[in-house]
Amino acid sequence: MARAITTQKKVMWTALAWAFGLMMFFPILWTFLTSFKTEAAAISDPPVWLFFDWTFENYAAVQERSNYPKALMNSIIIAVGSTLLGILIAVPAAWAMAFVPGRKTKDILLWMLSTKMLPAVGVLYPLVLLAKWLGVMDSRILLIVVLMLINLPIIVWMLYTYFREIPGEILEAARMDGAGLRSEIIYVLTPMALPGIASTILLNIILAWNEAFWTILLTTVNAAPLTAFIASFSAPEGLFYAKLSAASMMAIAPILIMGWFSQKQLVRGLTFGAVK
Amino acid sequence: MKLKQLLLTSAVGFGLSAGIAAADAHGTTITIATVNNGDMIRMQGLTEDFNAKHPDIKVEWVTLEENVLRQNLTTDISTGGGAYDVMTIGTYEVPIWANNGWLVSLNEGMADDFNKEDLLPAIAGGLTVDGELYASPFYGESSMVMYRTDLMEKAGLEMPDAPTWTFIREAAAAMTDRENDINGICVRGKAGWGENGAFLTAMANSFGARWFDEDWNAQFDSPEWAATLDFYLEMMNESGPAGAANNGFNENLTLFQQGKCGMWIDATVAASFVTGADSTVADKVGFALAPDNGLGKRGNWLWAWSLAIPSSSEKQDAAKTFISWATGPAYAELVAGNEGWANVPPGTRTSLYENADYLAAAPFAQMTLDSILAADPTNPTVKPVPYTGVQFVAIPEFAGIANQVGQQFSDALAGNQTAAQALANAQELTTEEMEAAGY
Repeated sequence: MARAITTQKKVMWTALAWAFGLMMFFPILWTFLTSFKTEAAAISDPPVWLFFDWTFENYAAVQERSNYPKALMNSIIIAVGSTLLGILIAVPAAWAMAFVPGRKTKDILLWMLSTKMLPAVGVLYPLVLLAKWLGVMDSRILLIVVLMLINLPIIVWMLYTYFREIPGEILEAARMDGAGLRSEIIYVLTPMALPGIASTILLNIILAWNEAFWTILLTTVNAAPLTAFIASFSAPEGLFYAKLSAASMMAIAPILIMGWFSQKQLVRGLTFGAVK
Repeated sequence: MKLKQLLLTSAVGFGLSAGIAAADAHGTTITIATVNNGDMIRMQGLTEDFNAKHPDIKVEWVTLEENVLRQNLTTDISTGGGAYDVMTIGTYEVPIWANNGWLVSLNEGMADDFNKEDLLPAIAGGLTVDGELYASPFYGESSMVMYRTDLMEKAGLEMPDAPTWTFIREAAAAMTDRENDINGICVRGKAGWGENGAFLTAMANSFGARWFDEDWNAQFDSPEWAATLDFYLEMMNESGPAGAANNGFNENLTLFQQGKCGMWIDATVAASFVTGADSTVADKVGFALAPDNGLGKRGNWLWAWSLAIPSSSEKQDAAKTFISWATGPAYAELVAGNEGWANVPPGTRTSLYENADYLAAAPFAQMTLDSILAADPTNPTVKPVPYTGVQFVAIPEFAGIANQVGQQFSDALAGNQTAAQALANAQELTTEEMEAAGY
């Protein structure tokens, strides 16, 4: 009897998980289908699902109008660059907070997180003026630094959480064996926290990839990534939903594929911590 | 200076694989910011013609959604960013930005064949400050009634060229057929200064209402505004579509193209969409002027997307050359030669409406011209006002205030509050904002 209830529960939870998953995935599926419709079919009522004249004309139109490879390259460089720069800064910071905490460590951590509560537009003008003064407007290095700063609190917090689960005795043993600070972090701490670091990297690449406030406002031609690419296909006066869907699919496809391939790593890192 | 050096050194140190994007080495590359609509995209496609005529000027395009573009341009121009050499801006921004000294006058330095005198006076008037033209219109639009001729006939009615609001409401009720999902009237209900704010401000003009009196006092507590909002809500409740509070231009266009609206009052630019290939009712559409109430003002607006040069641009001569090409008389012939006369950007030049080929190809041309000429941005309302602008008030505070007021009206349409409550809230918030702004 107990087994029957367990199976029943299992089926129920599985069905619920599938329903929830499909619900989450539906907007992407609908965007995918719309991207192969004509503009007229995209707005038809009742909506058409699979039985319509599939066309690639939207993808061709998007390719013709935009420089997709350039936007893609900018997105990759900005997302990966800002994440790696963030990791370089966050690993020593998280190490210090996890293994040599001071009286104010908790306060500093909370203060770092509180910067995420500031509305981005609040620092728009100071940042634009600073970038203009430095002559780095519309450059990838500007976005790398800005996105790194925006995501740094999350990176530090995630790494801090993973590092705290690593027994300090292991690092002490390394020190007893003559490891310096650099060796301790690079050869002992980092390999042990690798699943956590990997999931932090993946999550921050996704966050940086999707960031659409700074990446649009601080770029024009040279550094405009895929977020600006999508924004160029949105129109308040005119029905271009099919083309917008095609542009959206082209923009999210790389990160979606990366997410699929690394989901095991991502889930493991996010749910199990560093050394479990 | 030391701080700057430190920051610069740090920036270089952060090089990674990205590096700093090299500044453009060509002195004649101009960057143009524009919106995503059919006419602008067509212009991008015709850039080769400009390149052939001006091989020394290279053009870079930045296309953005209207609201994103507005935010981007405002940030750039108010900080003197100089990122753009040509900006696509609306009739609302031009007088405000020109008064701030942010725009370059186009009175001098344009090409010989530009012919400023050929611009439609109503459109050019909204882009001129103290006799100086600060933006050249790329296309102009007003609003008008688009209606289903077959449904009007079925209802036993005939649409006059210049209908009244009373007729529109009666016709809407007569055309409504809920069983067949046909709504007599579709108009904007979505909140926003450029959405229901534009429609209701233009409608209010024809009811004798105004945003402010001569001393900048908010006027939402006037009987004229009460009459406007009551009429709007009653008409929409009788004959409007379900969920109208969420409908903007695109939503109503979708409904009309699918045959679900008897009438649609909106931008004249929609005429080519509802008679185009994607429309299921393309051959059953008629046009009429926006309605009035017998007070001498019609409920139509006036707007133009125009090209302007920010004063921070270092390539103003090249920018003027481009604007002369894109908004000059020869551009109409270029578009006509490539894509037909019906696709020529409307509403900017008198000569276009004297062109027999254009009038033959665009059945909505005369009504578009009449609608544009019926709007007066310098004298928009029945009573005197201290501002210019038909469906907007040309002050920097307006967009923020009108977004909030639009939200109140949208809530009333959704049934969340009464017209009286919406107007009382609008009066209160407008008064507060205007006092805070120093009026």
